[in-house]
Amino acid sequence: MNVNFEIAKTHLLAKKRQTLIAMLGVTFGIGMYILMISFMTGFNEYLEDSMLSSTPDVRIYNDIKTDYNNTLLKYISDSTKTLAVVHHPKPKDIQPNLKNPNAIIADLKSDSRTLAISPQLTTQVFYSNGPVQINGSLQGVNILEETKLTKLNEKMKTGAVESLLTVDNGILMGHGLAKKLNVKVGDLISLTTPKGTSLRLRVVGTFQFGVGTLDNVRSYVSLNKVQQLMGKDNQYITDINIKLKDNTLSKTAAAEYAAKYHYISEDWEKTNASAMVGINIRNTMTVVVSFTLLMVAGFGIYNIMNMTIQNKLKDIAILKAQGFSASDVRQIFLTQSITIGVLGAILGMILGFAMSYGVYSLPFPENEFISITRFPITFHIKHYVFAVVFGVVTTLFAGLFPSIKAGKIDPVAILRG
Amino acid sequence: MINKQATTTLNTPLQAAAGDVILQVKNLNKHFTEPEDFHVLKQINFTVRQGEFLSIVGKSGCGKSTLLYLLSTMDTDYTGEIFIQGKKLTGQSQEQLAKFRNQHIGFVFQFHFLLPEFSSLKNVMIPAEKLGIYSKSEIQDRAYEKLKLLDMHDHALKQSSKLSGGQAQRVAIARALINDPAIIMGDEPTGNLDSVNTKTVFDILKGLSVNKKQTIISVTHDPEFAAASDRIIEMKDGEIV
Repeated sequence: MNVNFEIAKTHLLAKKRQTLIAMLGVTFGIGMYILMISFMTGFNEYLEDSMLSSTPDVRIYNDIKTDYNNTLLKYISDSTKTLAVVHHPKPKDIQPNLKNPNAIIADLKSDSRTLAISPQLTTQVFYSNGPVQINGSLQGVNILEETKLTKLNEKMKTGAVESLLTVDNGILMGHGLAKKLNVKVGDLISLTTPKGTSLRLRVVGTFQFGVGTLDNVRSYVSLNKVQQLMGKDNQYITDINIKLKDNTLSKTAAAEYAAKYHYISEDWEKTNASAMVGINIRNTMTVVVSFTLLMVAGFGIYNIMNMTIQNKLKDIAILKAQGFSASDVRQIFLTQSITIGVLGAILGMILGFAMSYGVYSLPFPENEFISITRFPITFHIKHYVFAVVFGVVTTLFAGLFPSIKAGKIDPVAILRG
Repeated sequence: MINKQATTTLNTPLQAAAGDVILQVKNLNKHFTEPEDFHVLKQINFTVRQGEFLSIVGKSGCGKSTLLYLLSTMDTDYTGEIFIQGKKLTGQSQEQLAKFRNQHIGFVFQFHFLLPEFSSLKNVMIPAEKLGIYSKSEIQDRAYEKLKLLDMHDHALKQSSKLSGGQAQRVAIARALINDPAIIMGDEPTGNLDSVNTKTVFDILKGLSVNKKQTIISVTHDPEFAAASDRIIEMKDGEIV
């Protein structure tokens, strides 16, 4: 072993307690960093997940526009001579459906990026059970495609998704909505559309996304039931929801579809802009707090190294007298702080994993609105690698300045006393 | 017992025969600038021959220690020239000087300056490990040999912080000898020792100069120590008298 390393090792072992304390500083810094980042990303992933299950990666729909440019006015008055104004024009009866949906769906299916395509027909309805009437929305879907999109089968509270296929007039209701109406699986319920048509359906299941705005208003029935309710043909749909294999491509895919099909095409990040802001803020906070933790550990090492060097002035002087150069002395002390850093970081990684696992094992307090049973924690290798690398780099810098100072010590001043 | 082979060559640097001269100092001047300018060494010229036992004496503040540290190559802030073994050391880089010190100069100080965490043996071995010429086992054998020379081999594995003052100083001398340096420099090497240990240390140094032809340059306050050496350089107010 190189004599410089041997001296560094002896210094570290001679002051075990001091070495341990310096190491624990790094250990706690890294451990807490890992716990925080695992918790934060776990929480973000949970939120994203519940967001994504309630919003498709890309949604194609026909926006209601009231376009008054094309009026009869130009035929009855000469716009160069007179100014004709129509007050309060009424929108005409607009069909918000997508034209030729089968061609679009077939085209989307041939796109290698798509995983699932779910055509939908959504309408506003009144749910009524006895005298109680509640406003909500009804989504006609192909339940198997929709399940691929929203993982509905995992969100079922009672009943099963497949019942919608087997029961002729079945309906899957949001858990909150079913509770308000006081209905359970097997009960009958009436729906009324704004146009006055109505239908009686049997509840075959309830679902909970953990998002109040969905669970309290939404229900699923098969697509043709809604078409029937609205008196439309079996080509009539208003939305196509798409799940991509890689949801980071949503933005480009959405723009592409908009240009191709001439309908509004919205990606999930745009739909959930405010939630994305929340995720970004949490990520930033995590980084800031973690950085602070590691910096504090770094200052701890800086202090201890400075103290060690102050105590070792005589040793440094005699080493230099015996022919150790400034770079040898630097190496001796830098080795010590890097050793502290590496060992501390590895211990920190273990501590971080243990704490994360501990929190992960805790049951999440029972809650009506959130559908998780334990704290959301992620275990990503990259977080652990980053923590160790950052910890070692921090200690490297913390040790660098005291070591450079040690290298510059003038032996004459010390040896002369 | 005292070897008078080396004749005094005070203030006549170029008079000595070239092969014999191990250390040569030409027109050495040094100023302290803090707190105010002070001309501490004035136009110093002298030579030292191989195997000579030289004592530098003088009152406190006369510049004798300053002179020694200039010769040691640790202090490079001076004008003039220093040659050791015919090699000009003035103007060399700190790295080169450190390497030179490691191989050719051994130090003994008033205080032993042993590294407290290491054993006596390891303290002696460290400069040789730095030199890196010998293998680990050879270094260990040589270190034992040096300790034996100073009658300290029984304490080889004892931690250096547990040695008595005299013992520690002997280990420090063994450490100075490990690389067989041409010159051994002492800054009051017996300053902290009782008369028995002073005698021992002196005899060891004397023996080295006679038997191994190693040059000893030592700053001392002890008139007996100085009187028993081959040659005395007396300094006063930064000049050799």
